Amino acid sequence: MSDCIIACRGLYKTYGLKPALSGVDLSVGPGRIVGLLGPNGSGKTTLIKLLCGLIQPTTGTLAVDGSDIGPYTKSVVSYLPDRMYFAGWMRATDLFDLFRDFYADFDYEKALAMCRSLGVEPRDRLKSMSKGTKEKVQLVLVMARAAKLYLLDEPIAGVDPAARDFILRTILTNYNEEGTVLLSTHLIADIEKVLDEAIFLKQGKIMLHETVDNIRAREGKSVDALFREIFRAEPMWEGEDF
Amino acid sequence: MAWKLEDDRPIWLQLSEQLARRIVTGVYPPGGRLPSVRELAAEAGVNPNTMQRALAQLEQDGLARADRTAGRLVTRDTQVLEAVRRTQAGGIIRQYLDAMAELGYSPEEAAALLKKEELT
Repeated sequence: MSDCIIACRGLYKTYGLKPALSGVDLSVGPGRIVGLLGPNGSGKTTLIKLLCGLIQPTTGTLAVDGSDIGPYTKSVVSYLPDRMYFAGWMRATDLFDLFRDFYADFDYEKALAMCRSLGVEPRDRLKSMSKGTKEKVQLVLVMARAAKLYLLDEPIAGVDPAARDFILRTILTNYNEEGTVLLSTHLIADIEKVLDEAIFLKQGKIMLHETVDNIRAREGKSVDALFREIFRAEPMWEGEDF
Repeated sequence: MAWKLEDDRPIWLQLSEQLARRIVTGVYPPGGRLPSVRELAAEAGVNPNTMQRALAQLEQDGLARADRTAGRLVTRDTQVLEAVRRTQAGGIIRQYLDAMAELGYSPEEAAALLKKEELT
């Protein structure tokens, strides 16, 4: 439908007086896996929420698959939020039923197959599951759709390193090939190998947007090392973390 | 043979070197079919586009060729295989000589020591 899955121009978002995004221009094509990287408070979640239509930009424009944010874009975006939003009494299969009703592109059989390979019992109630298992269920919900854009907000933050590898493989082997994956994280070393492109976000602005291999070729170091270098140079009082 | 990726160089380059190594060592025999991009990417835990680029490099080097029905086939051309084997051997030799130079041995001394080691 469009050459760009994500297109943002002059995007600003402020919460009250506090700027979260200040002038983001971004284009991302189809079939890419893109890392949205930045320290806490750099605007990663804000950008993702804008793309989902959960919040509105203060100024600027954004489009997903060539359309303004609305019912169409919501039908082609698969979103993994940074926190769980399901009731504890539900079973994974209840959620699958719900998602099948909501999204035409939800593949029920695939969801069950992913549960099997992730070692999740889909008949268990969410409240009986560990935090990591719940995250896996959420990931299954999101990746069992044939979406054009997967927005994954911190998909690997809460799970152990072994499960992390497994989840990355799940993402790699399950995303729809024409689909683009935008995933936010600060655990760069773990995901660097799976990324096509990296976006460095710093205080609401894009500092760098390049392919991982270009960064490595030019800098002679990993994206993780470059990230540590850039964000270490920050004086303590300027970051929002402190 | 596991995939080993270092931090300081492009990933696709390392992948294509390791694929070439697998071909010359016969893990993927001459004329055989290479696994698909997806399979290889999943095995190495890397992005399929990156693996694609590594495989394109193999084709450019003449080590593999795309086949319409069978995916990608390893070359049967023994000359190409031998040349790549020789290049890889050259790399290992250079590494050895560099490491020996660091220890203060001249290339001649290094070669002599290597020969002595071989005989024992």
